[in-house]
Amino acid sequence: MSAPSKPAVPDESWVPGRAPAGPTSGATSNALFEYLCRLGDDRLVLGHRLSQWCGHAPIFEEDIALGNFALDLIGQASALLHLAGEVEGKGRDEDALAFLRDENQFRNAQLVELPIGDFGYTVVRQFLFDAFDVLLLDGLTRSSNETLAGIAGKALKEAKYHLRHSAEWVVRLGDGTEESHGRVQRALNELWPFAFELFETDDVDHAMNAQGVAAEPATLRAQWESTVRDVFAKATLLVPETARLVTGGRRGRHTEHLGHMLAEMQILPRSHPGAKW
Amino acid sequence: MASAQLTREQILTWLEEVRDPEIPVLSVVELGVVRDVQVGETGVVVEMTPTYSGCPALHVMEEEIERTLRAHGVDAVEVRIVFREPWTTDWMSDEAKEKLRAYGIAPPHASAEGDALVPLRRRDVIPCPFCASHNTAQKSEFGSTACKAIFVCNDCRQPFDYFKAI
Repeated sequence: MSAPSKPAVPDESWVPGRAPAGPTSGATSNALFEYLCRLGDDRLVLGHRLSQWCGHAPIFEEDIALGNFALDLIGQASALLHLAGEVEGKGRDEDALAFLRDENQFRNAQLVELPIGDFGYTVVRQFLFDAFDVLLLDGLTRSSNETLAGIAGKALKEAKYHLRHSAEWVVRLGDGTEESHGRVQRALNELWPFAFELFETDDVDHAMNAQGVAAEPATLRAQWESTVRDVFAKATLLVPETARLVTGGRRGRHTEHLGHMLAEMQILPRSHPGAKW
Repeated sequence: MASAQLTREQILTWLEEVRDPEIPVLSVVELGVVRDVQVGETGVVVEMTPTYSGCPALHVMEEEIERTLRAHGVDAVEVRIVFREPWTTDWMSDEAKEKLRAYGIAPPHASAEGDALVPLRRRDVIPCPFCASHNTAQKSEFGSTACKAIFVCNDCRQPFDYFKAI
């Protein structure tokens, strides 16, 4: 199986921005840890995917750019998972959380775990995420958790140039040649249903909102949609109508692709526990 | 040397010896990553903040700070990574910027926190650090390190790094 578009849990009934009718995370007792893992895992997994472009990007400048984005995201993940480990209080640091958790303990949205595809696919995925990330991080700079607010303030500067860069490429490729337009349109058709998982709001998010840590993701959706629709219009791309939206990642249910990615990402520290290099 | 005899100023002077491994012309103090130094009964705490979230030089600088202070006889050193305020190139002094230019890296302009989404926006003119020409072009917004962009001078034909304003 290689089709990247198969969601782990297709849910026809779920309305974006509303918690699914099904199971909640069940993690409200340790909601902050759970929330920080969601933030950290989105960045760790997307950062690892971007690092797979190293030495393979279509042009030298983009090879550097994608490597640079990967570095930013993995650095952010490191700070967030470090904080998650402190909040959890069981002695796990960022490396233990990144390398010694299994697939079903990862809390990233499925959007970021999909294979890199072609350059256009990577660009569209990045743009969908960056447009969300700028809004999310901007809100988090006002978090009641001061460490989280500080990490977000740093990451926001990075997310802004990520968004500028990915948006420029969406326009360049979408409004480019027939070939480039076709490729990014296909990527958008495939990725669009996955984007809405970023706005899924459940019991963990309710708890974070109540504690003043973070706004519920659903509240970011309207502004995100206005941004991305505007850029897609400039790029002459059509936003697909879609009924099927993706859910599950925030509760540890993933596509078949995450496990394979983690096997590659985690093998060294798992084969050589405690190794330093 | 007992911690009680140390001053914050003395520690900061010693920290001038610790260089950014990727830009050895600047010290960690000039770069602005050392945010505070506290000298207490139990030892010295150096607070530092990353330039970029994933800057690989961060941990090298952390180890180098510990090593340097130990070499000066300060045994109890703790380096704390803080995120209170996001690092900005605006913290760099004019003197530090001139050191960058003399080293061949165009120094950062004042950072402008604008809208993220201005596709294909107009870019600042970055003078060539070698011949001062304004006839330069950005070749890549991303360069050899997270903090630099790649430019080329159309007059002296010299490629150069620009230390990005952030």
